[in-house]
Amino acid sequence: MTFRSGLRAVDGLDLTVEAGETVAFLGPNGAGKTTTMRMLATLLRPTGGRATVAGRDLLAEPREVRRRIGYVSQAGGAGLFAPLGEELLLQAMLYGMRRAEARRAVEHTLDRLGVTHLAGRLGASLSGGEKRRFDLAFGLLHRPDVLFLDEPSTGLDPGSRAALWEHVRELGVTTLLTTHYLEEAEALADRVVIISRGRIVADAAPDELRRGRTLAEAFAEAVDA
Amino acid sequence: MRETWLLLRHYRRLAGRNWFGLLIGAIQPLLFLALFGPLFVTVGTWETLVPGLMLQLGLLSAGLCGFGVLFDRQSGVLERLRVTPAGRLPLLLGRVLSDVTTLLVQTVVLVGAGYAFGLRAPLAGVLLSLLVIAVLGTALAALSYAAALALPEELFAPVATTAVVPLMLLSGTFLPMSMAPGWLDVLSRVTPFRHVLDAVRDLFAGHYLTGAVATGAAVLAALTALCLAVGVRTFNRANA
Repeated sequence: MTFRSGLRAVDGLDLTVEAGETVAFLGPNGAGKTTTMRMLATLLRPTGGRATVAGRDLLAEPREVRRRIGYVSQAGGAGLFAPLGEELLLQAMLYGMRRAEARRAVEHTLDRLGVTHLAGRLGASLSGGEKRRFDLAFGLLHRPDVLFLDEPSTGLDPGSRAALWEHVRELGVTTLLTTHYLEEAEALADRVVIISRGRIVADAAPDELRRGRTLAEAFAEAVDA
Repeated sequence: MRETWLLLRHYRRLAGRNWFGLLIGAIQPLLFLALFGPLFVTVGTWETLVPGLMLQLGLLSAGLCGFGVLFDRQSGVLERLRVTPAGRLPLLLGRVLSDVTTLLVQTVVLVGAGYAFGLRAPLAGVLLSLLVIAVLGTALAALSYAAALALPEELFAPVATTAVVPLMLLSGTFLPMSMAPGWLDVLSRVTPFRHVLDAVRDLFAGHYLTGAVATGAAVLAALTALCLAVGVRTFNRANA
């Protein structure tokens, strides 16, 4: 991926994620984690290369990819000024669900994330942890095959973070997440992929990556290499 | 179609809770009507002034609706919608048509107030003008959204609020541009709104089959096609 400015943000990044796997992208700020994720989520058009997401070609069939993925950005998506329940209902119907079906999907998702009692509230009135659960709800509503989570727990207190991890672990869906927290990668991921300057510098299970060291040491070594 | 309708209904429901915002959006032209109109009609007519204020309203209401999408851009809502399979045109049109509805309600309030002050325009002319305003609103709203997405966030407010002023003045909002000195008249012909306003003034005067109406309709059609194309293109590409 090269930007119009000529900046090469991601280069020669090869990766296969198996169905059901949870993979964490780890890397310093500006490493290309978010850029990679936004490309895979059809938000940025790559300047070169190919990708298949949920069995569909990213460049040839972006709409088919969109049907099959959930994406939760760093900013979230819960919005500030609309009642969240209504916003979720709209979202479900944009995925092609009929009204009754959409309503069931919303109820089910809210229940699963434990936020049914907040459905009438505006995003602006929620705490960070509550809002993040709604962000997740938008990504999960349509039961995607692949879920992208960009820094899911940034800015959350430890309690909210633990609760969020619990929800993510229960999903059982193919998940790609970016994070700055080593313990988050360890808690959630089957595999940790370390990215530095747009390239993969390590790709292994957390235990394997550690090999007697702390994950922080393994991380520092991979990034410096 | 279904997606446009779903989005339009959603935005209408949100806007429907905000009557105050709807009135505030129309306050400037209403103030001009009440506090400048009585002065103006000592030399001109309500049938000249009210179309000008309608155009001012269009520029201020639909032309500045990009502000709404700035919040959605910052809060991630826009990006969330762009990851759904919804078409890009519906994502734009849902918002635009909702803003056009708001603009039409505001315009009806303005024209109604105009009648109270002494406007005497034929109903057919007013209805045709509302159609013109609806199409103009579509163009302006699409353009405004494109600007809000394409410009750096901090630039949209100064650019949009500044652009509105010359566009308004050059259209001949307060006095017909036919009264202007030659150079100003020529300059105003370069802006599309001058032609649209000349057409609306003819409609208000009950003259439907004039050159000004034909020119206005042609300019408006071209402007709308261009603005929608720019809007969809920007919605497709926007990194926001």
